[in-house]
Amino acid sequence: MKIVVCIKQVVTRDWQVRPDEARTWIRDGDAEFEMNEPDAYALEAALRLREAHGGEVIVVSAGPSRVTQVLREALARGADRALHVEGEALARAGALVVAAALGTAIGPESPDLVLTGLQSDDMGFGQTGVILAERLGLAHATIIMDVQVQGSGVRVKRELEGGWFQWLEMPLPALLTIQSGINQLRYATLKGIMAAKKKEIRAVAATATAADAAQQLVDLRAPEKQKQTRMIAGTPAEAARELVRALREDARVVAS
Amino acid sequence: MILVIAEHNAGQVHRSTWEAIAAAQALGQPVSVVVAGHDIAAIGAALAEAQVTQVLVVEHAALADYTADAYVAALAEVVGATAPSLVLAAHTYQARDFMPTLATRCGRGLVSDCVAVGADAESFRFTRPVFQARLLADVLAVGAAPHFATLQAGAVRADAVQKGSAPVSAQAVSLDTAAVRQRPEPPFKESKQAVDLTAAERIVSVGRGIKGPEHLDMVRQLAEALGAELAASRPICDNGWLPMDRQIGSSGQTVAPRLYLALGISGAIQHVVGMKGARTIVAINKDPEAPIFEIADYGIAGDLFEIVPALIAELKR
Repeated sequence: MKIVVCIKQVVTRDWQVRPDEARTWIRDGDAEFEMNEPDAYALEAALRLREAHGGEVIVVSAGPSRVTQVLREALARGADRALHVEGEALARAGALVVAAALGTAIGPESPDLVLTGLQSDDMGFGQTGVILAERLGLAHATIIMDVQVQGSGVRVKRELEGGWFQWLEMPLPALLTIQSGINQLRYATLKGIMAAKKKEIRAVAATATAADAAQQLVDLRAPEKQKQTRMIAGTPAEAARELVRALREDARVVAS
Repeated sequence: MILVIAEHNAGQVHRSTWEAIAAAQALGQPVSVVVAGHDIAAIGAALAEAQVTQVLVVEHAALADYTADAYVAALAEVVGATAPSLVLAAHTYQARDFMPTLATRCGRGLVSDCVAVGADAESFRFTRPVFQARLLADVLAVGAAPHFATLQAGAVRADAVQKGSAPVSAQAVSLDTAAVRQRPEPPFKESKQAVDLTAAERIVSVGRGIKGPEHLDMVRQLAEALGAELAASRPICDNGWLPMDRQIGSSGQTVAPRLYLALGISGAIQHVVGMKGARTIVAINKDPEAPIFEIADYGIAGDLFEIVPALIAELKR
């Protein structure tokens, strides 16, 4: 089974994101980056499917040269090889443009299964994988919690709202977007890190252009407070005393 | 004309669909509503109680159970036939599954997860949270209509819908049943939820800031001292530190307690939609710019490992 996993590199969760001067992107000049967490779960699902059914796991990422860092990490965790769709502007591109770029690299591979995380921690479009499926002509299903290979197809468990789930069957090839928590993530071993150095990261030119864009980010800003938040300062003991007093006497939500 | 795609489940219109209709009504253009399914006359009638131009009911045996392929094929025909300026749906799990495909099939892009939609003579302007809700982005739909957008739950009040009496008409589609690749089984619930957090008066909820399961005991003590239930954001349950039925958010339970105390929770939109109805919200987080502080009534920017023990001591005094 040939499985492709799409991985996005995003700024780390702890990074203080600030709009740049034009307020159309963040000041990411000295940002730290990491693998988008939902994509890490997609990678883990792919590695487990390969362990059960054999085959190959190919990771692909679209973006500037720095994204090879997350590809290398995926190789260290056990992916077999990597494709890097090169493009400086892809880091901040919309889902249509990124899906087109990924499709350029993935199409010729003719995979049996394409996996992505259900959304990214930065732009959170939640649609790059679904668009990619449409572009590649694949059946798709989203927010997947379990994947079973059955003959020439898959049976997958979709998370619905409000605690409901649903199994559905689809023929292969197919694309699935994977829900966080589908499995326990593995981390790279020293052996894996050493082995990754010998694995291939092949560069693929992006052919999609900005003309494919359908939406334009025109302003980026910190959200306005929706409430008058009372920030309580002081030492931990002082803050605790004042908070408990406020909850008892002002908000009256804690019994005195 | 704005086309709202309605969602229904077990014979009921999805609550968020009313929010999408209310958002569309506020844009100052005629609104049509389309609903797809099988044997859904009652759904069409329910939707007709909104002040809209028309309700289009798409009936087909292949639409009896939701599948992305059948919905996209049917709705693409409706979009083609009605030529709307904007196609709007609630940002439900179902919409996430088919809306990107529908937009792509129509040769357009989708602005997903919007918290606000505005219109001027030229185009539509959308606001959506980015970077885990730490920033808000304004996005213009570029190019020719139709534009496509999904609206986050709770962005607009459902009770803001203007009531009326709309004509209902059937919209025929030539759906090729053989082209539907997904074969769904009936929806089910996992083993009965052991914990009903919706009834809790007070909730102490933990997020990534708790760092490890060994610190949960401290949080349990605080919950006990407050007479509160223990809950968590998704990553905590993903890691198996607490069971899934303790999860608050779009994929977990939606709660409205009198007190919600968020410990080490940054405030990503998926969590906030599950708890913003709480009467009093307290946030304790080491990052003073965490988005949770935007919706909190009381905030302490500090180390929860110092503040929680101090709170327990204070409550026991």
